[in-house]
Amino acid sequence: MVDTNQIWKYLEEVSDPEIPVLTVNDLGIVRNVSIEGGLCKVTITPTYSGCPAMKRIEDDIIEKLKDKGIENVKVDLVLSPAWTTDWITENGRQKLLEYGIAPPQDEVDKSVLFAEPTNVPCPKCSSSNTRMISQFGSTACKAHYQCNECMEPYDYFKCLK
Amino acid sequence: MSKALFEYVLRLGDDSLILGQRLSEWCGHGPILEEDIATTNIALDLIGQATTLLEYAAHLEGKKRSADELAFLRIDREYKNLLLVEQENGDFGKTIMRQFLFDAYRKLLFEKLLSSSDEHLAAIAEKSLKETKYHLKHSSEWVIRLGDGTEESHERVQDSLNELWRYTGELFFEDEVDTELKGSGVIPDVSDIQDKWNELVMNVLAEATLTIPNDNWQFDGGRVGKHSEHLGYLLSVMQYMQRAYPNMEW
Ligand SMILES: [Zn+2]
Repeated sequence: MVDTNQIWKYLEEVSDPEIPVLTVNDLGIVRNVSIEGGLCKVTITPTYSGCPAMKRIEDDIIEKLKDKGIENVKVDLVLSPAWTTDWITENGRQKLLEYGIAPPQDEVDKSVLFAEPTNVPCPKCSSSNTRMISQFGSTACKAHYQCNECMEPYDYFKCLK
Repeated sequence: MSKALFEYVLRLGDDSLILGQRLSEWCGHGPILEEDIATTNIALDLIGQATTLLEYAAHLEGKKRSADELAFLRIDREYKNLLLVEQENGDFGKTIMRQFLFDAYRKLLFEKLLSSSDEHLAAIAEKSLKETKYHLKHSSEWVIRLGDGTEESHERVQDSLNELWRYTGELFFEDEVDTELKGSGVIPDVSDIQDKWNELVMNVLAEATLTIPNDNWQFDGGRVGKHSEHLGYLLSVMQYMQRAYPNMEW
């Protein structure tokens, strides 16, 4: 029987269906892995309440582990502690940047209503002369920005705390 | 206790579900692409929150009714959402005003529910609060931009405020369900939220150069299933697939 370390390694091969460069480990959504009495339990937490990728990720985890010969798998979903972009690994941030998505920046709390939009450097040319186009982008987890220097329009993986 | 909690969770779940359905009507019709995407993203968050809340309600009820059955197979009098969220979209300004009045309430409510004695409700609040902060930031910025914008945008969004204000008293509706849950520390006292809501809303409206209407007549009834005429039409669209093809899934 495999141990939990091995399971974590296998999970490295399960990617986010919407941002395929990121694995579920990079995203920080796998909260626990346990093996008890032959049952392998993987606990995940959603990024956003309505994230349509969660069901797919759950199925992908089960399928991946089945491929590795682990038949008895259960995926549990927990809500608390709630996911934060702080859990995206350093490696994950680097991959996002290379993929053309600006990784989350440290932001002021959203409860400050009249704050200026966060400055997000361009993933293409690194200029910080950029502007927010929209607080909402192609998926719930992204905002839409444009670079004023190289004109690149890009997604920003917005900070969630 | 669990009967009161079921009722309370159903109320919150219905708020998310009905407002999510309303916002999704903007899909493909937004005034600009960015706002089309924004309103539907917010709708998605709300439907996600509704799923979690209605799953919990179904569990509390213990009658083997699923969250889907709760969402799609009740009749209008069995929905317990606020009258505010079922009001028609109107123009973009009205949608934004409705959203702002609701987001401000929701954010303050979730902040208080973080310390609920019911662990699962606290976990749902923790998850949803992060999203709601984003929604509030988006809606309050638009209220300011439209209110303090052109003569036309100011007039329209002021009209929307005049029309929607009469549904805001219900945000702080309380009955025996609330009394019971307050007693056991499951939910906060609404007066805590009401003062902060007034302050937050007044600040944003002032910035937006908007004024609350003098006529302070207030409606309620949504929390006990007495709805405006708009809910029936919304439900006929929302429930269509499940009624036409019972038990369908995709
Ligand atoms: Zn650039």
